[in-house]
Amino acid sequence: MSPLKISWKSLWSKPLSAALNMMLIAFGTGILTILLLASNQISEKLENNSKDIDLVVGAKGSPLQLILSSIYYIDFPTGNIPLKEAMELARSPFVKRAVPLALGDNYNGLRIVGTDTNFITLYKLKAAQGKFWEKDFETTIGAAVAKTQNLKVGDKFYGAHGLTDNADVHKNHEYVVSGILEPQGNVADNLILTNVASVWKMHDEHEDHDHEAEKHNHEDHEGHDHKAPTEVQANEESRELTSLLIQYRSPMSVAMFPRLVNETTNMQAASPAQESTRLFSLIGIGVDTLQWFAVLIMLIAAISVFVNLYNSLKERNYDLAIMRTLGASRTKLFMIVIAEGIMLTLAGTVIGVLLGHLILEFIGSNQESGQAQLTGFVLLYDEIYLFVAGLAIGIFAAIIPAIHAYRSNISKILAKN
Amino acid sequence: MISLKSVSHQYPGGLRIAFKDWQINNGDQWLLLGESGSGKTTLLHILTGILKPSAGDVQINETSIYNLSAKELDQFRGRNVGIIFQRPHLIKSLNISDNLVLAQSLAGLPTNLNRVNEVLTSLGIADKKKSYPNELSQGQLQRVSIARAVINKPALLIADEPTSSLDDKNATAVLELLLQQSGINQATLVVATHDKRVKDAFTNTYALS
Repeated sequence: MSPLKISWKSLWSKPLSAALNMMLIAFGTGILTILLLASNQISEKLENNSKDIDLVVGAKGSPLQLILSSIYYIDFPTGNIPLKEAMELARSPFVKRAVPLALGDNYNGLRIVGTDTNFITLYKLKAAQGKFWEKDFETTIGAAVAKTQNLKVGDKFYGAHGLTDNADVHKNHEYVVSGILEPQGNVADNLILTNVASVWKMHDEHEDHDHEAEKHNHEDHEGHDHKAPTEVQANEESRELTSLLIQYRSPMSVAMFPRLVNETTNMQAASPAQESTRLFSLIGIGVDTLQWFAVLIMLIAAISVFVNLYNSLKERNYDLAIMRTLGASRTKLFMIVIAEGIMLTLAGTVIGVLLGHLILEFIGSNQESGQAQLTGFVLLYDEIYLFVAGLAIGIFAAIIPAIHAYRSNISKILAKN
Repeated sequence: MISLKSVSHQYPGGLRIAFKDWQINNGDQWLLLGESGSGKTTLLHILTGILKPSAGDVQINETSIYNLSAKELDQFRGRNVGIIFQRPHLIKSLNISDNLVLAQSLAGLPTNLNRVNEVLTSLGIADKKKSYPNELSQGQLQRVSIARAVINKPALLIADEPTSSLDDKNATAVLELLLQQSGINQATLVVATHDKRVKDAFTNTYALS
């Protein structure tokens, strides 16, 4: 019979206190697992979404808000920028690629993004079904949009004004699904892409819709468009975009271009890398707090395992002495006690890691927004440190009782009874 | 053959006990008599290799046991000495069979379930093999502790007050089993007691004064 079996049997002779200790360890490890997986996935998503974007140009305001609205599609945009000025920046020699974004509408909370083919190149999008948008009011939808909204190629839907609710539906024009994207693993999965003109037209209609008196003038709007190029021209002057995603031509642009934007125009430039880091450091405070909380629980668990082993050792003094008379060496007793500690904490760690994964998967599958969908079914290399920690706590908690067992004077113990 | 030569022990308090030399031939059955506090337990511990005496030599089958290293001594004890305590003291978390297997493995011997069955059968408790210690009566437990002491066919079987906590009927039964088992396993038997009921069964007596 191996020392391991003796330790195992001894643990199970007191199932309640063994279970309590395992639960404490599992709770601590579970929290750490969730934190580890979630913060890893969030930072990965943040990076993944802003990977190829060097700079975002938008209306003055909070740079973080600009990044959140234009790259992660979470917050509201800072405002609009004039199309003319934006296009001047886009033609700057510092810029390799500029992607216009026109936001403002949603369909069941999913954002409708007016943009051009540069967006496709930037995010390296591929259509799984159908084709990319070409004409006005044609849309290409993300894989997650198709799935959650049950949309197929050829389906029609109405957009609603605003970014979140369905209160103000644009009934004048309906969008047509012309294509569905392959799953990208980034924000594009949750977007409805169309051309910028569609968004503009939708809002022309919208404003007209507000002015009931003028409504009849626009009943035959389509006709007007073709016949009156001047009107389009005039509109062109007052056209606006939400923001512009910029890819630099050369590293040198990093130093020059943001200053150019901030100083010579009425717009602001925000760097996704900088803002993401800032955002993550804000989240990081919460993560740190939870982390310390989990470490505290682990510490309490370690003390609890120690007390448990120490107390059971007092009761088992005689048992251990008997084992010595049966031929067990001091080292063997030491191993038996250490093994008990390690078994408790390792079992707790395994349960905790499993629970952490399951809970995160549960949280992920119940998430409302698909922007940063979390999943529990990933293994990280870093999780190995959790097991190392479990092992260390086991040894830490068991070492004093084990030394006691090693040093015990069996003649004294046996003589007492 | 077991021999004690000019053994004496000094207690931490300063009290010193000298023990008469003692020679036990193989297969002998001895009674170790002495009142409480006469050094009976001390002598038993010295004899079993649990307590190193301050002076003197203890030999079991030509091995001077206190010249062995700590680890060797533990193993030697496991293989050559079987001890029965006043109370059974089995490992509570293991069943009866596992308690005996534990004695085999701690002595560094391979697991031998046939031997376990054989010993339990000869003590009439084979049906309790899968029971746990807390499910057995005091008399049954004492039998198990005898089984554990003889499982490795020790050269020396030592019993420390094996009958003092038992009633007359059980005391007689346990004594008979001890004599019988030492015979079956060809073990030298030493029974330490102050129990007058036991005296008549032995011809050899070592008395502590």
